[in-house]
Parts: sequence; C-alpha cells; structure tokens
Amino acid sequence: MRASVDNRATTDTVTSAALPAARVARPSIIALVGNPNTGKSSLFNTLTGFRRHVANYPGVTVDIGSGPVRGTRLPMELLDLPGSYSLAALSPDETLVSDLLGGRFEGHRPPDAILAIVDATNLPRNLYLVSQLADIGLPMVVAVNMIDVARARGIAVDCELLSRRLGVPAVPVIATQQSCAAPVVAALERVLAERPAAARVPLPDALEQEVADLARCAGPPLNRAEALRLLVDCGGGAEQRYLERGGSAQELARIRARLAAAGIDVLRSEVRARYRWIHALLEGVITRPATPVINWSRRIDRVLTHKLGGGVCLLLVLFVVFELLFRGAEICMRAIEQGLGVSAVWAARILPPGALRSLVTDGLIAGVGGVLTFVPQIVILFALLAVLEDCGYMARVAHMNDRLMRGLGLSGRAFIPLLSSFACAVPAIMGTRTIADRRERFTTILLAPFMSCSARLPVYVLMISAFVPDQRYLGGWVTLHGLVMLAMYLIGPTVALPVAWLLRKTAFAGPTGGFLLELPSYKLPRLRAIWQRMYFAAHAFVVRAGTIILLVNLIVWTLGYFPRSAAVRESVERQARAADWDEQRLERELAGAYVRASYLARVGKFIEPLVRPIGWDWRIGTAVIASFPAREVVVATLGTIYNLGDAGTQPSDSLRAALRQARWPDSGAPVFTVPVALSLMVFYALCAQCASTLVMIGRETRSWLWPVVSFAGMTTIAYFAAWGVAAAGRALGL
Amino acid sequence: MSLLDVPPSRPVRVTAIRGTGPLTHRLMEMGLIEGAVVEVLGRAPLGDPLHVRLGDYELSLRGDEAQFIDVAAT
Repeated sequence: MRASVDNRATTDTVTSAALPAARVARPSIIALVGNPNTGKSSLFNTLTGFRRHVANYPGVTVDIGSGPVRGTRLPMELLDLPGSYSLAALSPDETLVSDLLGGRFEGHRPPDAILAIVDATNLPRNLYLVSQLADIGLPMVVAVNMIDVARARGIAVDCELLSRRLGVPAVPVIATQQSCAAPVVAALERVLAERPAAARVPLPDALEQEVADLARCAGPPLNRAEALRLLVDCGGGAEQRYLERGGSAQELARIRARLAAAGIDVLRSEVRARYRWIHALLEGVITRPATPVINWSRRIDRVLTHKLGGGVCLLLVLFVVFELLFRGAEICMRAIEQGLGVSAVWAARILPPGALRSLVTDGLIAGVGGVLTFVPQIVILFALLAVLEDCGYMARVAHMNDRLMRGLGLSGRAFIPLLSSFACAVPAIMGTRTIADRRERFTTILLAPFMSCSARLPVYVLMISAFVPDQRYLGGWVTLHGLVMLAMYLIGPTVALPVAWLLRKTAFAGPTGGFLLELPSYKLPRLRAIWQRMYFAAHAFVVRAGTIILLVNLIVWTLGYFPRSAAVRESVERQARAADWDEQRLERELAGAYVRASYLARVGKFIEPLVRPIGWDWRIGTAVIASFPAREVVVATLGTIYNLGDAGTQPSDSLRAALRQARWPDSGAPVFTVPVALSLMVFYALCAQCASTLVMIGRETRSWLWPVVSFAGMTTIAYFAAWGVAAAGRALGL
Repeated sequence: MSLLDVPPSRPVRVTAIRGTGPLTHRLMEMGLIEGAVVEVLGRAPLGDPLHVRLGDYELSLRGDEAQFIDVAAT
C-alpha cells in the first residue's frame, strides 16, 4: 500500500524516463507496441506466462492489460497495448497508444522503455511505426516476429545488420515459443541500463529545421515525435495540449506559415522521408527468393472471398456456428438438468420441510443451477468466434460486408463488433474502439445490444424446448426448433436496420468515416488463444451466476416465500375440511395460496395491468422486472416463482414441466401458450435487460445519456414487439 | 488511370496520390506512396471495396479512396 503511494508521488514529480530504472524498487514499465496482427498478444503471453491482469468485464475498470515479465533481474511490467499503424492516431485505440507513449494517459505513468514488435514478413510497413517510436527517445528493443513464417516463404532477415542500422537491438523471435523470451528480456535489460539512441529518420532540411526550432522554442519541452505531430495537428488534441501547457500560438502559426510558403506538405514529406529511409535501411537486411513461394492465403481467398462463393461460404459458416451451438446446447442442457434434479431430490431428503429446504431447492438449486446449464453454450459460441477471428476470416467478413454496412451509414469495421455481440455485447462494445469515426462508433455501440447475445439463449432454449412442437421437415434435416431459434437470432439485426438508419439520420448524422482494413494472411488458429477466450467467457459468466444472479434469486425467493401468514393457512385448511381434500392436495393448495399472498405477488399484481395486454400473468411480469440486471436471471426467477407454487413436498423435476402446468387462476387455461412463449422470447431478443452492457455503453460513450436512451428505446421496442407477436399469434390461432 | 480501373492480377505502380483526408494519409503511412507496386486481387461480392496486395501484405479499401490513386503499368 505504502509503496504504491510513493510510486504515485514520484510519477508526478519526475518523468520516469529520466530515472535510472535499475536503482528504484518499482518495476520498469515496458510498452509493447506494434501494428495489428503482428503477434503482440502471443509475445505478451510468452513473456509474462499468461499472467495478464485483464479486466474485460464490468465492475472492474477497463484498463490496459499488463503483467510482470518473467525471468528478469530487474522487475518489469509489460503493457499490452492495442495494435497501431502510426502515432498519427485515427481510432480511439491508436489514440490510447500515442497518449500512453507520450505520458498523457490518465492513471498510468509513462513507460520506461518500448518493446516494438514487427512482422518479419512485412518489414517496411512495420518499421514505419518503429521509425516514429524512435523519435520519442525512449530505450527500445525491436522484436522481429514470425521469423519462421518468413523463412517458410523463403525470406531471410539479417537481424544483426538490422540492429546495427537501427541503433537498438533487433531480436528474432517466434512469439509463441517460450525459447524466445530470454533473448528479449536480456535485450530489454541492456537497453534500460545503456539507453542506446535509436537511429532517426532524416527529414527534408527545411522541415528538420522547423521541427528542431519548435522543440527548442519557449514553451513545454517536446520530443521530436511530439513536435512533428504538433506541426500537422491544426486545431487537434496535440495543439490544444501544447497551448494549455504554455506553448505559443503565434510561434506555431509562424512556423506552419513558413512551411506552407516553402511548399512543404508536412504529412506527405514525413511519410516519403520515412519510407525512403526504410528502403535504404532494409537493403541487404532482407533476402527474398527468386521465385515466390506458393501463397496459400491467396488460394484460400479465391474461394472464401469469391464474388458468388464468398457470400455462400459466409452463410454456410454462420449456419454451422448456430447449428453447433444449438446441438451442443441440447445435449449439455439435458445432462445438467438431470444432475440438478438429482441434487434437488437429495437436498429435499436430508433437509427438514420448511423455509431452509425451500431456500435450497427452490432458491439455490433451481435458480443458480438453471443458469449454470448455459455455460456450455456460451463457451461454444466464444470458442467459435475466437477461431474465426484468430484464423483471419473475420477481416474477410468485414471486407465482404462493407458495402452492406455502408447502406446503413456504417462500415465493414462495424460488422465485427456486431457479429461478436452475438456472444456478448460487453466485449463487442469495447471492440468498437477500432472504429475511427465517432458517429459511426456510437451508432455501432447502440446497435450492439440488439444482437442476440448468449444470455438470451437460456430464454430461447427454455421456451422453445417447452412450447414449440418438435416437428421435422426435409427428412429430419430441418427442425421447427431450429427455425424458431434462427428467427429469434434474426429479429435483433432486422430491428437494428431501421434503428441504424434513424440514428445516422438524427443523432449521428454526417458523412461516413470511410473504410480501410488490412486482410492478414490466413493461419491456423492458436489453441491457447482460443482456450483463453473460452476461459474468460466461462469465468465471467459463472462469477455472474454466483453473484448477481444468486443475489437476485435470494431476493426473489424471500419476497415469494414471505409472509407466511397464519390466516392463509387457516383459510385453506377450512376449505380442505369442507371439500375433504387428501394430504397432497392440501399441500399443493397451501403452497399456491402462500405464493399468491406473498410480497412478490403484490409487486407482480401491481404491474400486471401493464403486461396483461401481451398475455402475461403477474409471475412473468415479476420475472421480467427481476431480470433487469441480467437477462439470464429470468430463467432462474421463473424457476423460483413456479417452484414455490409447486406441491412443495417433491421438487419439480424440471422447470419446463412447471411452466407447462401453470394455469390462470380464473379460467384454468394454461398461462404459457405458444403466443405467450413467442412474445417472451421476442421481448428478450429486443430488450436492454443487462446492467453490464448499459454500464459499458456509458463508459465508452463517456456520457450517461446513451445508456438511458438505449434502455428506454430498447424496452419500448421490445414491449410493443412482444405485444404484436402475441396478438398475431392469437389471431392465427396458435 | 486510377486504381479503380485496374483489372485484377496485373501489378501496377503508383504514380500520384490525389486524395486528401485522413484515410488517404493513412494509406500513405501504410506504404501506398508514389513508386509502390499494387495489385488488385479482386472485389468484395457486392462490388466494393477492393482487395489489393500492397508490397508484402493485403488490404481492403473502398473505391472512394482508390479513384484518387493514379497508377501506371509497371
């Protein structure tokens, strides 16, 4: 605790770059920087041994991933930064990188050194960023990754020559292999101690002169990278900061005018100068084969992005994903349901009848257990999306859908977060940081919750398996269950279309931000990366089931169990004597009477007029309200409410059976008809019942307006859609 | 001739970049400058964007940007 307070004090007063890191006890901060798709995460995992303090989920600050480097003499903390092509940032992700490197990232002290990672198969473009990093003036190590892939393509890289010309160590690595860690760590230790200066790109004389003048002139101290950005950043963040810190507006204007008069376009001069330098630098460093090796990636793309075949393949991939999901769901759900039934019977046997037994069987096992049933599906979905992303197909998906998204005023980039929203909107909303244009990004953020996330799956699976007839068509290949499931997954995107159009015409009106995307070579997905994604997804979900869902469940159980008034018992017992009920009948009637008189019933009946038009009873209404923090709670809540109204002596073997048995008290007609089941599914497909998503929208838009708009808008749409579906279903006589 | 008019699988050399704006600048930063060799590999199923090879890697860019990139046969 003390140490961390001290740290903060030093950071505020001295820039850490000026401190000899070896002599202070705190770890040196190493920023891991590089272009997208260069293997940053792999190198991070190799150097830290997967000890990433990751915070991808709400309640914890969304932060930069970091972890301690293993096997060092000096303590080092490695920061895993998002991929970036240039310090002239376009997207929020790139802004984060340039802010952090410039020591402008709130809550983070500036790094002590840079570990730049480059792709050996694509050195010129990767070295562009490295040449900009050199201008910052921090100690630097260049990790030349994918040296094995380069070799397979017949490309040889002379890292020793590269080191000599760059002035900083260039270490050949295969980021996924543990053996590459030691040389990188040794190089980092050396540059932290010796601080060798990296070679700098010479700019055209006139520009060089002005950059030096600007860096020297009165005002805040600037490094070369900052001075260059400042020259081109008219009215942007760099200029604002410069002026705030006492820079001279007149001086800046004068320099810019001089450059314009000399006919120097700073942006273009910088790019040309850097590439000229890079091509000279790489002379003799890279040796290419006389005849290019077969490009498998190109061959795969001939099929996967083909004019006709590409679309067909995409639909096929999506179909397989959903098919695997639903098949996997069925098997796992049956197995876990049986396990839960057994444990409920067992708990009922050892616990005496009364509040405790009801709490355990109806509250705990039926509630939380019912939610845990869905862990397998969530894991399957995250795994499949991770495979698609890791092998490089996701970028093609964005490429193929750009034209489509453009019709909505968005770009292909928006397609990836929207697709991953089918797993969970929370990481998807974070994923929009790669979208440069603010209006497009905000539109994408507000659309993400419309996609059917894995938390809706429990509701669909429950309703479909309980109320949709098991019909098969085309020789058993197509099932009605599958079709209804598909329809549920299509509702969100369908409603999202007009919503997107509306948002881009009103709140986020303006031109599109354009589209530019690298299409990385296909590669085999790395099992470890996929495993990591699956683990985080399952972990986050189980933690939620264990905390929010358990808490909500206990509240719902308490409200549904109490007050057990003596008056209710007496009145039922009087009826029993009059009608001569047997013991079992008495128990069942008594349990039902208790629930109808409970606090929960009072809340539910209060809101019943609101949900009655859809055809819902107070119990459904209550479950919907109780599931505000998280959609999947509704399944558990329904379980608790309906089990409480059960005979009480024997735990219901399945929630599906309990729902099928539910009756309206006045008419005796079943509560859950097909229209009611469908309307409940549609409601959950479209509502914004997820506190985590709303918090994330607030965080990423930096405003409380958008989560409120999102919640109010989606709830309204969901309510009327549910009402419409129920009315249509009844009219059709379902 | 602009990059938009180039038939697939014929490498061309960039002669001028007439575009302005952040995306054109970014394209230049990613190596699409005068003298660079570009090859159009194909188009997305709906006709746009273009799939191009630029040096050692592949890129997807819209006709909006491609029309302002002048090229000549290598």
